[in-house]
Amino acid sequence: MPVKLAGVEKLSYRYNSVEVLSDISFDVMEGDYIGLVGPNGSGKSTLIKLMLGLLVPTAGSVMLFGHPPAEMRYRERIGYLPQKMNFFNPFFPSTVREIVSLGLVSKKKFPKRLEAEDDHKIEQTLEMLHISDLGDKAIGDLSGGQQQRVFIARALVNDPVLLLLDEPTTAIDPETRDNFFELLNGLNREKNVTVVLVTHDTGTIGRYASKLLYIDKQIVFFGGFDEFCMSGDMTNFFGPSSQHLICHRHDPHILTVKSRSKNE
Amino acid sequence: MPILEYLSYGFIQRAIIAGAFISVLCSTLGVLLVLRRLSLIGDGLAHVTFGSVAIGLLFRIHPIYISLPIVMASSLGILKLMERARIFGDAAIGILSAIGIAGGVMIASLAGGFNVDLFSYLFGNILSISIQEVYTSIVLSLIVLTVIVFNYHDIFSITFDEEFARASGVNTQKLNTMIVLFTSITVVLTMKVVGIMLTSALLIFPAVTAFQIARSFKNALLMAGAVALASVVIGIFLSLFFNLPTGASIVIVNAVFFSIAFVFKHALRSGHD
Repeated sequence: MPVKLAGVEKLSYRYNSVEVLSDISFDVMEGDYIGLVGPNGSGKSTLIKLMLGLLVPTAGSVMLFGHPPAEMRYRERIGYLPQKMNFFNPFFPSTVREIVSLGLVSKKKFPKRLEAEDDHKIEQTLEMLHISDLGDKAIGDLSGGQQQRVFIARALVNDPVLLLLDEPTTAIDPETRDNFFELLNGLNREKNVTVVLVTHDTGTIGRYASKLLYIDKQIVFFGGFDEFCMSGDMTNFFGPSSQHLICHRHDPHILTVKSRSKNE
Repeated sequence: MPILEYLSYGFIQRAIIAGAFISVLCSTLGVLLVLRRLSLIGDGLAHVTFGSVAIGLLFRIHPIYISLPIVMASSLGILKLMERARIFGDAAIGILSAIGIAGGVMIASLAGGFNVDLFSYLFGNILSISIQEVYTSIVLSLIVLTVIVFNYHDIFSITFDEEFARASGVNTQKLNTMIVLFTSITVVLTMKVVGIMLTSALLIFPAVTAFQIARSFKNALLMAGAVALASVVIGIFLSLFFNLPTGASIVIVNAVFFSIAFVFKHALRSGHD
């Protein structure tokens, strides 16, 4: 039986008296692949930050691995990719290898030192994302897509159990994006890594996600992807052509992946 | 006078030793502050130092002992203003800076006007540094640099991406507090080297010079340290050879290093094109 990795219970968040999220409740079970979608300003990134304990809820609670985020000791179980625009300084003097190594900081004890096995892990992760040749390059010298792959590598280097990704495919070309989704799919299916992915790319998420969490300040829909497709709400949320684009794929592989819903 | 003869003088030895430690400290913190867009915190805290020096002179207490607690408290005030009052860093620095200067001018006025002592703190005089001040500089610099070395990965993490660092379990509040407190200690130590007016130059110049060339965070810290050290030593000797103010000479050498690095970087880039 799948284990509950995260539990969100009656969660609300206000910022300067403006309601950003209201009465959100859902569980993230081990092995889930949840597509978190919604219009701009619907509170997707805020929800991820609340789950991580980066923001304090106005009401309700979050439990991560059975603990409130502030008391969570095993941060290395989580891989996080924030929205790139929020933090990135392109003139920051840092190599790709240095940035990926930051993903290992959470599991280190004081005084934090990187060992040979950490270097090996960094190399493996760079290879997995096809950026081994960029290891010694300065981050500012890379294209937007290459930079995003570096940040994805930082989120994956720790072999996380739960991945929280906030618009990971921003600025990535279609081929790299597809490769990335295949990689995530592989991690989810073969290594049982749980994925919560914020995206506007509903066409792609429909191929892979087992569940869809659609929010617009509150939960509009949460459930299996097939259930969503069959509910008739699809066109209300994503427009008239979405039914064909998201649900009726002709690729049998995609259909197989799409119809998988592990925890139902 | 040959360099070796200069080096036989105690006051020059003291200036070089204290300058070396303080400059490396400044450059290390400067890299962190400039990358976090808090370059002017040094300037703001230096203005607070002005006010605290005036208090020290008024009560006839060595200004360093009055300045350290006041400037440290002010640095925490800047941090709280940024966090609690949702004021941007530059505005928070501006507020404390103005209070520091206004307070200093009022106290100096109460004490019967500006005097030579206060003027010497404005522009610094590393050649008059006492042996006690040298020891204070060495001990404080070593403490700060040791703490930074032992927290290197966490500090790198919050400097690059604070949100990710917090999500990784790094205690960002503790580190931010630590960095601003270290900056205030550094600013107080630096007032003797280049003076209150030029303190921010020692924090900013080595960092921005290193950023022209360094491609990694570690190299940026090392290069900034080397530039800061070289600037202090060259600046001291330039001031001796040409009878120039020492603090201003150190800053001008820093500016020359920055110009060379800037030209070198652009020459290198046009060579690649």
